Amino acid sequence: MSRIATRFASLREAGRKALIPFVTAGDPNPEVTVPLMHALVKGGADIIELGVPFSDPMADGPVIQRASERALMHHVNLKAVFDMVRRFREDDAETPVVLMGYLNPIEVMGYEVFAEAAAAAGVDGVLTVDLPPEEADDFVTAARRFDLDPIYLVAPNTGDARIDRIAHVASGFIYYVSVKGITGAANLDAAAVSDRLAAIRAHTDLPVGVGFGIKDGATAAEVAKVADAVIVGSALVGRIETLADTPGRIPEALGGFLAELRGAMDEATTK
Amino acid sequence: MQRATENDSTKLPDERGHFGPYGGRFVSETLMGPLEELREAYERYIEDPEFQAELDEDLQQFVGRPTPLYFAERWTRKLGGARIYLKREDLNHTGAHKVNNTIGQALLAKRMGKTRIIAETGAGQHGVATATVAARLGLECVVYMGSEDIRRQAINVYRMRLLGARVVAVESGSKTLKDALNEAMRDWVTNIDDTFYIIGTVAGPHPYPAMVRDFQAIIGREAREQIQAQEGRLPDALVACVGGGSNAIGLFYPFIDDASVAMYGVEAAGDGLESGRHAAPLCAGRPGVLHGNRTYLMEDADGQIIETHSVSAGLDYPGVGPEHAWLKDSGRANYVAITDDEALAAFHELTLTEGIMPALESSHALAYAMKLAPELGPDKVIIVNLSGRGDKDIHTVAEREGITV
Repeated sequence: MSRIATRFASLREAGRKALIPFVTAGDPNPEVTVPLMHALVKGGADIIELGVPFSDPMADGPVIQRASERALMHHVNLKAVFDMVRRFREDDAETPVVLMGYLNPIEVMGYEVFAEAAAAAGVDGVLTVDLPPEEADDFVTAARRFDLDPIYLVAPNTGDARIDRIAHVASGFIYYVSVKGITGAANLDAAAVSDRLAAIRAHTDLPVGVGFGIKDGATAAEVAKVADAVIVGSALVGRIETLADTPGRIPEALGGFLAELRGAMDEATTK
Repeated sequence: MQRATENDSTKLPDERGHFGPYGGRFVSETLMGPLEELREAYERYIEDPEFQAELDEDLQQFVGRPTPLYFAERWTRKLGGARIYLKREDLNHTGAHKVNNTIGQALLAKRMGKTRIIAETGAGQHGVATATVAARLGLECVVYMGSEDIRRQAINVYRMRLLGARVVAVESGSKTLKDALNEAMRDWVTNIDDTFYIIGTVAGPHPYPAMVRDFQAIIGREAREQIQAQEGRLPDALVACVGGGSNAIGLFYPFIDDASVAMYGVEAAGDGLESGRHAAPLCAGRPGVLHGNRTYLMEDADGQIIETHSVSAGLDYPGVGPEHAWLKDSGRANYVAITDDEALAAFHELTLTEGIMPALESSHALAYAMKLAPELGPDKVIIVNLSGRGDKDIHTVAEREGITV
């Protein structure tokens, strides 16, 4: 069983929901990322999503765009990201790490080379935002060869036939995008999310995480009641931006924020 | 108008939008449904006689088509080589070929019940062409433009505002066309229900490269008829500038099956290909994925998109339409590059010799024709796509030459 599947199985047994923080690798500088990942785990992260910086992050809002720009000033490339994961693994063999990014850096490296190096570094899953299943055959083959889970997005306007198609290529978990828009955008509608999760679960037994629009303990708790995982990105990255001039304070501050979300989620789901 | 994909000349793209390994649909999940909806609507209306009639009427009465195929007699004599004809897209309403496509897409938007139009623009020609048709159809219009381009193309910005469009300055990345495209995509994904995104070139996710080509192919269809009427034969060579590549594909496409017709796409070499400061992905880039399609890109060793440089804002784009990538690999078309200085020389040359002031984009094609014509010799015929007029560039030319207007 993959590290991601193992993690969801033990959470399910404990009656808890997964908390998945997203941060961009190398934001605001490459030294911060590994200590930050450990602090996130300490704050209650079950899986870590690590953003791979890209010059043209078309699906992201201004907060995550700027995180990419900060990391790229330090030339954080895929090799540097693998290196961060490898160092994280020295002290944490259990917390799954998912890379999230855009196709072009992977395309330039080559799918096979990428998958082998990612797996060797200790990466567990890959979410490539601009690679829909229709174009993903070769990539998925390479990922599977090295036991990486290909993770896919489902959007509010994804029809049943596509959900089914996505469920067939995905493993690890399904990432449900709660709003039509970019990261860091509008507020989520919990009732609508609940309906869509039911539609997704009709097609798959994979855990379903919800991201986009989770900004505090209250929204995290609401989503935790209906989803298997709560994914929080822009709210964390916005805090990193605020602290970019005092990077030493970032791990503790973000760990603390995550602990708040964790507390709110656990309270909501153990009632 | 015949739908271009029914033309026997080529069956590409395939049903998923691929031109060989290029093209496709590389976007986030939220856009997959809307792109499919767009493809279905496009394929339905392009066959609809009423839609065609309305489009033809607009191209004739509003745009001013057909545009002339002008024999540049003095210039031909001066160069002492092949007979040069200019396809006068600069004479279209709004001054460039861009309107051929914006009319088509705006009529499609209306048929699809969309009330809001968005667009990206580099030089501002596509933005102006979009704002123009939006004004005419009474649609809300938002144009995204890099703040660097806004500075370089102040007249076009004001023109768009006069037409009622809201011009949004894009401050991210390199603040040019590619960033404007990113921002327009972000707007579209957020406002999908009422918004139609009019892409200005033959790039982007399927069906845009095919759809924009089909709307622009009127350039080549007219030119093919005109040259046969005026010269009694097909041309030996076609020359067009390539940024995203819409004017070039519009001219080339109806000639693809005519093996005797050579095709030259002219990219912007900026300060020179060897300087690294250029916008020539086909000549000096390599394949990758950007803006929803696989194509040749300007990128670094890590796959990050790099900044491009050209005196011409309309060519300042790090990617290129996927069909050009395919035509390059298949060898059907040749891609060459012209520097800023060569393009400026051609700008002056045509202005002084023929009394026609070309856009700096088109000046790249003209500069290549100046090299090609003497090589080919006087019994040959070249058609150059004069894709836009130069009024918008007067400020840039003056600035480069140290003249205060």
